[in-house]
Amino acid sequence: MNDRIFRAMLYASGAIIFVLIAGIFLTLFISALPSVKALGHSFLFGTRWNPQSVWEGENITLGAVPFLFGTISTSFLSLLISIPFAFSTALLLGEYMKKGFFFAFLKSSVELLSGIPSVIYGFWGFSVVVPIVRAFEIKTGIPPYGVGIMTASLVLAIMIIPYSASIIREVLHLVPTELKEAAYSLGATRYEVIKNVIFPYARSGISAGLLLALGRALGETMAVTMVIGNLNSLPASLTSLHEIHKTIFSPGNTMSSIIALEFNESSGIHLSALIQMGLLLILVTTIINFIGRIYIKKTDKSGKD
Amino acid sequence: MKVKSINRRKAENIIFKGTVIFLSLLTVIPLILILFFVAKKGISIIDLNFFFSLPKPVGQEGGGISNAIVGTMILIALTCLLSIPLGILCGVFLAENRKSRLSFWVRLWVEVLQGVPSIVMGIIAYVWIVRPLKGLFSAFAGSVALSIMMLPMVIKATEETVKLVPVALKEASMSLGVPYYKTVLRVILPVSTSGILTGILIGVSRIAGETAPLLFTAFGNQFMNYNIFKPVNALPLMIYRYATSPYKDWQNIAWGASLFLILFILGINFIASGIAKKWKVQF
Amino acid sequence: MESPVLNTIDFSLYYGETKALDKINIEVPENQVTAIMGPSGCGKTTFIRAINRMHELDSSVRREGEIFLHGKEIHGLDPIGLRRKIGMVFQKPNPFPTMNIYDNVIAGYKLGGIKLSRTERDQIVEDSLKKAALWNEVKDSLHKRGTFLSGGQQQRLCIARSLALNPEILLLDEPTSALDPKATKRIEELIVELKEFVTLMLVTHNMSQAARVSDYTAFFYMGELVEFGKTEKMFTSPDDKKTEEYLTGKFS
Repeated sequence: MNDRIFRAMLYASGAIIFVLIAGIFLTLFISALPSVKALGHSFLFGTRWNPQSVWEGENITLGAVPFLFGTISTSFLSLLISIPFAFSTALLLGEYMKKGFFFAFLKSSVELLSGIPSVIYGFWGFSVVVPIVRAFEIKTGIPPYGVGIMTASLVLAIMIIPYSASIIREVLHLVPTELKEAAYSLGATRYEVIKNVIFPYARSGISAGLLLALGRALGETMAVTMVIGNLNSLPASLTSLHEIHKTIFSPGNTMSSIIALEFNESSGIHLSALIQMGLLLILVTTIINFIGRIYIKKTDKSGKD
Repeated sequence: MKVKSINRRKAENIIFKGTVIFLSLLTVIPLILILFFVAKKGISIIDLNFFFSLPKPVGQEGGGISNAIVGTMILIALTCLLSIPLGILCGVFLAENRKSRLSFWVRLWVEVLQGVPSIVMGIIAYVWIVRPLKGLFSAFAGSVALSIMMLPMVIKATEETVKLVPVALKEASMSLGVPYYKTVLRVILPVSTSGILTGILIGVSRIAGETAPLLFTAFGNQFMNYNIFKPVNALPLMIYRYATSPYKDWQNIAWGASLFLILFILGINFIASGIAKKWKVQF
Repeated sequence: MESPVLNTIDFSLYYGETKALDKINIEVPENQVTAIMGPSGCGKTTFIRAINRMHELDSSVRREGEIFLHGKEIHGLDPIGLRRKIGMVFQKPNPFPTMNIYDNVIAGYKLGGIKLSRTERDQIVEDSLKKAALWNEVKDSLHKRGTFLSGGQQQRLCIARSLALNPEILLLDEPTSALDPKATKRIEELIVELKEFVTLMLVTHNMSQAARVSDYTAFFYMGELVEFGKTEKMFTSPDDKKTEEYLTGKFS
């Protein structure tokens, strides 16, 4: 009898996960509804964000484009910056070394890097990285904000390296040893094995890993908020062909940082719009995670058959 | 047919390896810089008083982080209370029903839950807890946000550990006429303790540094507070507020708090790996 | 033949669509050792696992037919009570790693929630360990972990753990397959001694082991019970051609 109750509890605990997820989405959707109704597609396509307009006139201008731009540019840029480092670390830890002092050092360093709180990355970022970027901007004749998309991407890149490295390592681990040994026995060098055997085999898994890292970068809040400059409009340089290269150095804001900054002071449609931003964020990250995980599960299975 | 000379192939191999090592070393540099910088800035502010006194208004000498430490501890304790029982139960479910369709989907959604941005957890806890209480921020609301983040980690750790328990042990217990629930609670979970505990500690070290979910839930507090239904301060919240303030004194306190938070997190990780090694059950 | 403690009527078992046991009819005599023999995959382990309903741990298994313990159909009983009456020892010794030797022996009581007084517990532990011929070796280290014992000692501890519940039948699933020859010999001697207290059913793929310790032998092949009878008779003049081929090593 107790057994039946216990088994029911086990199943219920599994089912609760669905309820939780459904609850999260439903909550966000319902709370975002007023904004969806009031703003319509001007939320997704509007380039101006003016919370004041909620109180002043009939024409509410709350366009999310500046933040979509900020989120997309910082996450892709940071992913791009992190790729060579994540790959190297994963290869070194997964292929070149399996033990020894340097292995342990690198492994625990990467683990430490992933353990440092986001807010401390942000604090360090604006105390150390911002002055460095500013110095660079002065030298190259770009307006020397210091803060901005580039700075945020640099800090974000450091933060996601451990994450993508660990997933890539996991995927490399799935490559069957027999395949590698077969290639070595044919006289291939380690570089050739990596290039011709390991990468082709692990390619889809690696793409999935990078996708997951992108998902992580999309949602990262504190560090980005502290170094991106918090400008709620599209960079001016975006509209001029001559200045476009300066765009990545200009200040901006991301979806998560606008939520962090304005949520507590908002109400009404403004609050609802911020929640809609959260809904958009969770939808995108969920889709990305879903695809990524399913791909990794596939690589895992093909390795075993 | 073109054949690469053996020397060229060897050179390529060496260059590639060199690049890999070089880039890996570069990865470590930010870590060293961060630790060095936080230590240098933080160490000068930290004394005994720093841990035992409350924050002071701008302009006054001294001031500490005692309320933030207490707040973080309250948040951690509440979060554990909320997430561990359900997490362990769900982990056991996944490990015990490996092939069922339901567990496939539960597993996938748990992984998806792990990828949900932490700021969204803050919104959720705000709508669920803060808003119904007429906008009263509280430690409880903060813990709800943090426990949704911690839940997947407890589930994963439990599932992975329970999976490793030999079937023979479960069969031995069942063959003695022990009911299933007692087999799980008294045989399977005790041998999994070290793995689950390690997972929980790593989870705690993750949530201890989270700021975003606390911004609109725990909110922060200049005073000491033990009531879980009142706003409470937390180390990462305090670091954020003080670091972004224009006052040098406050920024210094933020460095001190950062150093303490990093050491606290490292300490938990250290204990976790100790438990993983020492308490491991031999089958 | 002595009175049967256990008998089956047309007992069949399916894993999904695959038939693992086909209409088994057997009468197991009381306080004797019955060996169950056959090539791997013949269903011998499946059969004894079905006797204390361990197959129900896997939900894809389906059964037909009946098994009677002292004339009572076992599927009508509570599986938990049934398993206390029918003990089981597995291929690999599996003492509970978090418990000491003492607690391992009384695990069936402790985990089953049966309250015993201190003296009762001590008595059960001593009796069971004596029956399992382990008492002299461990009486001074009862509070050490069971996993520190040698493989043979661990297996005897597992036997003691089952005996502690005073079962009517003890199922042994290739209990010596993970042990060295010396430890195997001790277990075989123990099996013969235990007849006094309990009915034993021993699954083995080792023909000479069956010949050494058993009184009756059942020969399984492809999920069917081919032949069952006195061990002496079966090893000297088997009725069935398949049995003869197996015993003479024509297949294994």
